[in-house]
Amino acid sequence: MTAMIDIADAQKTFTMHLQGGIELPVVRGVTFNVNPGECVVLSGPSGAGKSSILKMIFGNYRCDSGRIDIRHRGAVIDLATAEPRQVLNIRRSTIGYVSQFLRAVPRVATIDVVAEPLIVNGMSRADAQQRAGSLLHRLNIPERLWQLPPATFSGGEQQRVNIARGFIPDLPILLLDEPTASLDAANRAVVVDLIAGKKRQGVAMVAIVHDDEIRHLIADRIVDVTSFAAAA
Amino acid sequence: MVDQDFVDQDLADLDRLENDQPLLVAGSLSKSYGRIAACRDVSFALYPGEVLAIVGESGSGKSTLLQMLSGQLTPSAGHVSYRMRDGVTRDLTTLGEAERRFLFRTDWGYVHQDPAQGLRMAVSAGANVGERLMAVGWNHYGRIRDTASDWLGRVEIDVARIDDAPRTYSGGMRQRLQIARNLVTEPRLVFMDEPTGGLDVSVQARLLDLLRSLVAELHLAVIIVTHDLAVARLLSHRVMVMKGGRVIETGLTDQVLDDPREPYTQLLVSSILPP
Repeated sequence: MTAMIDIADAQKTFTMHLQGGIELPVVRGVTFNVNPGECVVLSGPSGAGKSSILKMIFGNYRCDSGRIDIRHRGAVIDLATAEPRQVLNIRRSTIGYVSQFLRAVPRVATIDVVAEPLIVNGMSRADAQQRAGSLLHRLNIPERLWQLPPATFSGGEQQRVNIARGFIPDLPILLLDEPTASLDAANRAVVVDLIAGKKRQGVAMVAIVHDDEIRHLIADRIVDVTSFAAAA
Repeated sequence: MVDQDFVDQDLADLDRLENDQPLLVAGSLSKSYGRIAACRDVSFALYPGEVLAIVGESGSGKSTLLQMLSGQLTPSAGHVSYRMRDGVTRDLTTLGEAERRFLFRTDWGYVHQDPAQGLRMAVSAGANVGERLMAVGWNHYGRIRDTASDWLGRVEIDVARIDDAPRTYSGGMRQRLQIARNLVTEPRLVFMDEPTGGLDVSVQARLLDLLRSLVAELHLAVIIVTHDLAVARLLSHRVMVMKGGRVIETGLTDQVLDDPREPYTQLLVSSILPP
């Protein structure tokens, strides 16, 4: 089986020019792959570079060296060297990312925040809103909130809107940064269920979860990030 | 019977072909005034539907660059080519004045920082929008007025104000009217020069939000000059950071802002006050 994500020897260092040019090594020698239908959980203490690796796979952080091969529409593309336009195409139709916090545009209604990824991929507004509604419902966001912008919601509600927005498109790769961090037990169970659903659809996932119980429920494989620690 | 999937596939291919050709290409653009180089060796390609932000502080050369890109200033060296609606790519410097004006009236928009520069302040809002339509040959008064009202609605201006002149409008309304005037002819490329520059913060947020949805809906290509990184983050796909007339860093917007490489870009990013 061909991997959806194949990372080889990826390295990242921050150079802080405003602090006299000090070098802040983040990770090096990052090497692992993720197959369709598999959830790989990154483990390691805080500061080990888990989020940075996720951001590198999304093309948000640049790589200094190494490759991050992504299967995109049947072809393999190295995200570490891809053109910006290509990265945007990959994000639109291949890689989804659920960040820890919702970065919402002011004034946009919750239902539209969630429906947007479907609309940009060509679905009609009505169909997209219907799917958004059922997902919000499943994540226990009451219907009376759907027309409001999420900016005023509680932290947990915002995270659930964020999860809905991240899970709604049918993308073959999904990156999850602490998707259950501020959720109660009932909603954590919903997210575990959503992840199981994605696995059945053959989605390749990389996740960061601190909760041992959740990790145990979703992880097919654990990659220990401390082995990529760059600080010598 | 026509196989719908097949047709869709063809359309998708056509779409991809269309989008695989740049709309505008700048090659080694430079401008100097005597010994002072305002802009040095700038090259990039802009594709349909792509939003490019040019950021930098005043004096960095970003406005000079915008003027050259929009054919308003002749470069000292280099070229700008543009793919016209008929698919033919033309060098802007070889366009005649009449052809350039025609481009500006039809396929391009230009949103000025000061709406008074882009509007006719003494004629009604409806006429400001309708004028662009008349310039491309519309002559049915009722249809022009209907389209103008529709556009006022889209930019959130109360249609009851259609017969008022923009000099009676607030700053935010003027800017929204200028946007309506520019977009009514469905241009493919819009230049924006600090479009939120002179507005209050609350008014800015509303305008940005409106711009963002219009740009996506109309699949517009945009080149936006701004010194405000928040504007670049919200609106653009890609950024070019300018300093001293040169492009010092370029890339995906979130990449450049979250992982800036150049000392100057790091300084810009670290200077943003947290919200």
